Amino acid sequence: MTSLNLEALFQSKIDEETKIEPKDWMPDAYRKTLIRQISQHAHSEIVGMLPEGNWITRAPSLRRKLILLAKVQDEAGHGLYLYSAAETLGANRDDLVQQLLTGKAKYSSIFNYPTLNWADIGAIGWLVDGAAIMNQVMLTRTSYGPYARAMVRICKEESFHQRQGYEIMIAMAKGSPEQKAMAQDALNRWWWPSLMMFGPKDAESSHSDQALKWKIKRKTNDELRQQFVDVTIPQAEYLGLTVPDPDLRWNEEKGSYDFGEIDWEEFWSVVKGNGPCNKQRLQARNKAYDDGAWVREAASAHAAKKEQRKLEPQLETKAA
Amino acid sequence: MKNEWPLWEVFIRSKSGLSHKHVGSLHATDAEMALENARDLYTRRNEGVSLWVVESKHITASDPDDSDPLFEPAKDKIYRHPTFYDVPDDVTHM
Repeated sequence: MTSLNLEALFQSKIDEETKIEPKDWMPDAYRKTLIRQISQHAHSEIVGMLPEGNWITRAPSLRRKLILLAKVQDEAGHGLYLYSAAETLGANRDDLVQQLLTGKAKYSSIFNYPTLNWADIGAIGWLVDGAAIMNQVMLTRTSYGPYARAMVRICKEESFHQRQGYEIMIAMAKGSPEQKAMAQDALNRWWWPSLMMFGPKDAESSHSDQALKWKIKRKTNDELRQQFVDVTIPQAEYLGLTVPDPDLRWNEEKGSYDFGEIDWEEFWSVVKGNGPCNKQRLQARNKAYDDGAWVREAASAHAAKKEQRKLEPQLETKAA
Repeated sequence: MKNEWPLWEVFIRSKSGLSHKHVGSLHATDAEMALENARDLYTRRNEGVSLWVVESKHITASDPDDSDPLFEPAKDKIYRHPTFYDVPDDVTHM
């Protein structure tokens, strides 16, 4: 079959909602796009452990500490599911990790913002996980089988993340005036970065059209962002908090909220590495990787030794 | 039996989008024969779109007698479930 026919066949499978599986023929660009997207997604889960990990030792109660530990542990697990999905496309785990450590690969910019106080843990669960869930629920229907299956697993586990965050927000927003002020301050700082998580505007999103045609994505950045605003504003109102957007108002005609313009200069600046914590995050990942080197070496040495011991009795028999 | 062919475990993907699922095992001299036999033995009624065969000796299984201590650590972590959290009914999409 010529590659033109193969591509037509591939597209017809996509059109009729047949999932693409690892051994199926796929265009090189589809494979490359997926490796890039899935590995960036994996890196985001891994780097995403850092801002929250910052508060594990200072959680205000044992209950909150156990919850935060469980959540950060989940993020590590989600990173691993995703790396293994990328490997089904022929990517190599070590290469992917190196791309993160050297700064060659991107991860979600939201994790380049600092967690200044405990209210930020609430805001992250509520807003950052809320935005991630919106994107990930869409991705459970992505056209590539292993990615879709990883997303189903992740979404199932993720469902507690947002609720624990919102529970923190309720406790603070209904608490003392100081606590309420902290909750409002956290919302002020995390609102716009959360909206940025959906990526550039549709008009400026370079990969969007092809990704939609291949059903890697099923909604555009702007559609997802709008959906997020629409479900989140009532949640903020329940808390008695206000989002930091003077242009926000309900639009009766379209049945959804109008909202202000994102500061795109800030968006691109953080993407390009100049956010408040970009350097710190990469340093932390590199340190963890380097500090763990002896564990990886010891595990390999131990496995080799066990293998050797298995062979030794045979050697003895031969000698006799 | 001394010359018995090795045992292979068979996994079927019932349709694109679903994981392979274990269905049983068979004997075959090599991987190629195992695939052919799996096709004849386990997919006579359009059970699937893809087959995996793995020689049984390559599967390491957990010991059923150890399953209590093995899985016990997850049992008391009820906070890993969404129902653990109090979110009022009038807050939606959560």
